[in-house]
Amino acid sequence: MSEEGTIKKLMYVNRKAPYGTIYALESLEVVLIGAAFDQQVSLAFVDDGVYQLARNQSTDGIGMKNFSPTYAALGDYDVRHIYVERESLETRGLTVEDLMPLTYEDEDDDWAEKDSLRVVDSRELAALMSEQDVVLSF
Amino acid sequence: MKFGILVNEGPYQHQASDSAYLFTRAALAAGHEVFRIFFYHDGVNNGTRLTVPPQDDRNVVDRWSELAQEHSLDLVLCVAAAQRRGLLDADEAKRHKKDADNIAPGFRISGLGQLIEAAIQSDRLVTFGD
Repeated sequence: MSEEGTIKKLMYVNRKAPYGTIYALESLEVVLIGAAFDQQVSLAFVDDGVYQLARNQSTDGIGMKNFSPTYAALGDYDVRHIYVERESLETRGLTVEDLMPLTYEDEDDDWAEKDSLRVVDSRELAALMSEQDVVLSF
Repeated sequence: MKFGILVNEGPYQHQASDSAYLFTRAALAAGHEVFRIFFYHDGVNNGTRLTVPPQDDRNVVDRWSELAQEHSLDLVLCVAAAQRRGLLDADEAKRHKKDADNIAPGFRISGLGQLIEAAIQSDRLVTFGD
C-alpha cells in the first residue's frame, strides 16, 4: 500500500500516561492504521508513557474503556520493535516485570514466539531515534 | 523541500495551531511545498466553521481557510478524532443522523491513512502540539 514503494523508518514515541489524556489511545489508533502501509515501524515508550504498558490495568473506577489489551495484538500487526526507556521505568519504580509481555511470531523461524519489547537506555534510544525518517510523538 | 504538517491541539487553548499556521506560511513564502496539513486529537477543532472569536483577536479557523484557498492546501481532519469531538461534514452528519454539519471551507474529513501518507511522501513531517 506504500506509494511508489517508499519504505521509511517510522517511530511512534509515546510519552503520556494512558488515561489522563487521549493521546495514548489516539496514538495507538495511528499505529494500527499505519500498519497497513508496510513501513519499518517501531514504538518507543518514555516518561509517563511507560504506564501505557503496565500489566493488569483496570479502568472500572473511571468509566473509560480499557484499551490496554490492544497492545498485545501489535505483534499481529507486524509491529515487532517496541522500546521502553530504562530511565523512565526506574524513575517510576517500575521494572520490566511490571509490564505486559509483548510478542510476535517470527515467520522466518517456524513461527516461534519472540519478544517485541526491549528495554533500552536513553542513549540507545537517542541513537535509534536518529536513525528514523519519521518520528511521530504523542 | 516538501513538508507535511501535523497539528495536534485545538485553537486558542494552545499555541500549536498558531505556530503551525505561521510555520506553514513561512515555508510557502520561502518556496517550499506543503503536501498536507493533518489535524489530529483536539487539532480537529481548527476545522469548525462555528467559532466566533472576539473581533479584536485573530480568527484561527478563517485564517486556515484563507491560506488553503490561496495556496491550494490540503487540510485534513481525522475522521475518528472529528467524530468524537462533534466535527461533521454534510455526509457524516447524514450518515450519523445528526441535524447539522460544521466543517469550515477548505477542510475535508478523511482517515488516519492520510497522515501516514503525508509522513511517507514528505521530506519532513513537522508536528505541532504538546
